[in-house]
Amino acid sequence: MAMRRFEVFRGTREAGALQEYGVECDEGMVVLDAMHRLQADQAPDMAVRWNCKAGKCGSCSAEINGSPRLMCMTRLSDYPEDRPITVTPMRAFPLVRDLVTDVSWNYEMSRRIPPFQPRAPDNPDGTWRMYQYEVERPQEFRKCIECFLCQDVCHVLRTHGKHAEFIGPAFLVRAAAYELHPLDMADRTGYLKDEGGIGYCNITKCCTEVCPEDIRITDNAIIPLKERVVDAHYDPIARLLGRLFAR
Amino acid sequence: MTAVLETRDHDVIVVGAGGAGLRAAIEARARGASVGLICKSLLGKAHTVMAEGGVAAALATVRPEDDWRTHFRDTMRGGKMHGSWRMAQIHTQEAPDRVRELEAWGALFDRTEDGRISQRPFGGHTHARLAHVGDRTGLEMIRVLQDRAIHSGVEVYMECTVIRLLVAAGRVTGALAYRRENGRFIVFRAHAVVLSTGGIGKGWQITSNSWEYTGDGHALAYWAGAELIDMEFVQFHPTGMVWPPSVRGILVTEGVRGEGGVLRNARGRRFMFDYVPDIYQGDYAETEEESDRWVTGDRTRNRRPPELLTRDDVARAITREIAEGRGSPHGGVFLDIASKRDPDYIKRKLPSMYHQFRELAGVDITTDAMEVGPTTHYVMGGVKVDAETQESTVPGLFAAGEVAGGLHGANRLGGNSLSDLLVFGRRAGLAAAEFARRQGAHAPVDQAECDAVVSGSLAGFGRVDGENPFALLAELQALMQRHAGIARDRSGLDAALTGLGALGRRAERASIPGAREYNPSWHTALDLRSLLVVTEACARAALERTESRGGHARTDYPNSDGALERMQVVIRRDGGAMTVRREPQPEIPPELMRIIREGV
Repeated sequence: MAMRRFEVFRGTREAGALQEYGVECDEGMVVLDAMHRLQADQAPDMAVRWNCKAGKCGSCSAEINGSPRLMCMTRLSDYPEDRPITVTPMRAFPLVRDLVTDVSWNYEMSRRIPPFQPRAPDNPDGTWRMYQYEVERPQEFRKCIECFLCQDVCHVLRTHGKHAEFIGPAFLVRAAAYELHPLDMADRTGYLKDEGGIGYCNITKCCTEVCPEDIRITDNAIIPLKERVVDAHYDPIARLLGRLFAR
Repeated sequence: MTAVLETRDHDVIVVGAGGAGLRAAIEARARGASVGLICKSLLGKAHTVMAEGGVAAALATVRPEDDWRTHFRDTMRGGKMHGSWRMAQIHTQEAPDRVRELEAWGALFDRTEDGRISQRPFGGHTHARLAHVGDRTGLEMIRVLQDRAIHSGVEVYMECTVIRLLVAAGRVTGALAYRRENGRFIVFRAHAVVLSTGGIGKGWQITSNSWEYTGDGHALAYWAGAELIDMEFVQFHPTGMVWPPSVRGILVTEGVRGEGGVLRNARGRRFMFDYVPDIYQGDYAETEEESDRWVTGDRTRNRRPPELLTRDDVARAITREIAEGRGSPHGGVFLDIASKRDPDYIKRKLPSMYHQFRELAGVDITTDAMEVGPTTHYVMGGVKVDAETQESTVPGLFAAGEVAGGLHGANRLGGNSLSDLLVFGRRAGLAAAEFARRQGAHAPVDQAECDAVVSGSLAGFGRVDGENPFALLAELQALMQRHAGIARDRSGLDAALTGLGALGRRAERASIPGAREYNPSWHTALDLRSLLVVTEACARAALERTESRGGHARTDYPNSDGALERMQVVIRRDGGAMTVRREPQPEIPPELMRIIREGV
């Protein structure tokens, strides 16, 4: 047992501040454990969102010492004992209270992506054949646990507040999962270019760095999507000639 | 006081948005019903997301000889002959279509070499039968269903908790709920209600379940006058994490054993060879060599490892090894896959286990053994439902998934939960939509009843020097862990009931500090009301069942009693008190009995 110091944001959209707490901590504890102990003993009305406590549901997203992380997968032992650990809500979304933000915008974006649309079945019994090598690429994107940490860190949303024009890395990953699905027939390039605002991404890779599922968001999802959009919407013949002469 | 309430009307409301709720909502919507889907958390965070190993269905892509009959036999035997034969039959016959349907909706299961859905072995299943996506099958499933639901016009109410079902003239007419974000109440008027709220695992200290799992659906049904069955049957999953303390109880998928992982005690012995029960004699490998040959691929001439016995048997074996002093340093046993599979294979087939142990325990499972022990995982019991329609004993009230009872009998097989959600979620949604179609106008809301429930639920605000809801919850969990866990006896269960009675009285004096907006102390106080009902039901049913069977083990009645095999303990509210009665189940038809006895 050791006493650790925390500075936790308490408050609402109107008023709030960091508050200092001391919490008795045991070996192996993660930040979420400390927040629960704090809740049980000192601050019963402190708002914290969580579910699985195993890094699988993506509910307990927050900023720990300023960097977007899952509280349930962040061990206290990774931080120096002599300094307080700061826990604040995600900044890219409106605050509800304390550590909880209103992430409903993400669900709205998710609804707008043109859905999966399979080709006709390969077999008379209504099934398809797909091979492991074909499914592995989209499977990477389907690891997404919708924690929205990539949305939180993305400067297009976080700093510039372009929520109306840009769906953010999480939903570019979702779109990539459909686009690279071996059976999918829909064309989402028009959607991505216009409503999706894919042009806003300037590939700084901050999203990739915070992904708790290690999805290579920029390299494997966004860049291939940008290429598809360019191929479909920006003069493919000139592009083809350019490619030929570059050889 | 008359509370001004937001009111929403739907043909069908579905309470709970895990696999069963989503599948029910999709089906009811497809039949033309207007559907409200109410979830306690954000969409896509329900417990289904944590399901790891796979979904059991006799697709016969890996073992062509598999079919529904073998799956049926495995399910009934795994449930220790106590389950509903008709539900087991429907489940095993319809599961393959439900899995193929997920693929048509976009699911990307791992593949066989010839491009079909791959299947992995699991405990109690004769053949490799679990369609899977690495060890994150539940995530794939919930995402596919979630997408399907939101694109089909289901209206979703997130972070909204139902605290009472509205009943008039003997049938359900809606529900009263509160929104977490602002603490305001909302009334749903509906012709039919589907409960799909999951289980009760938060009633125990060591659990794989999240904060949501407080038995809300069981309690709502009970308060509405519906019957609960089999509440004594709680599944303690054999393998939860045991170290460090903060992760105790987090699930370690059975897929580790399905992929060849072995259990050893502190002396290095593979103890499961010593625990093969009589009904499975001859079905499992008898030597390490035979078991190894099975793991490396020759599955027709070798039998499967005893680690793949059913969960009740494996959990009890582990408990005994630990009790007799052969446990690991932190009070578990060792689960080792590193010596059976190469690192690349482990990372590909069990990526989230690799990640979970690396991040939370500092253990590399590709080189070292895991320490594991039993953890509260699942309740086999639940709302008594009609096998065909999932309708409860209250007209218009349906239940599907973990909150419904019957399918799994005394013990659930791994993988049968995900297919249960799909098969019976669909059937519940279908029947609820049909039921709704036959109704006229919405019944008027009983304002006085709503006012009483609202003011009762707000009573803790402003009370000073009352009880701390978090402390009450911790005491309830410790009580159930101690007296109604993996080993039970009369005096312990009596003590549990006495303790629960006292906790119930203290819970009426809970103090809630702060405001109504997103106040977890208040939510915990309300959740406690459900937990007090379901834990009492569990303890009362466990007292009534004077034998050991499946997940229910009585140290004072260590053997199974054939006379109780098809006897069900039924719980019902009568005159404000919990009543318990025994009821025989329908006989298993001879042609199905032949399949169970003789195999296929």
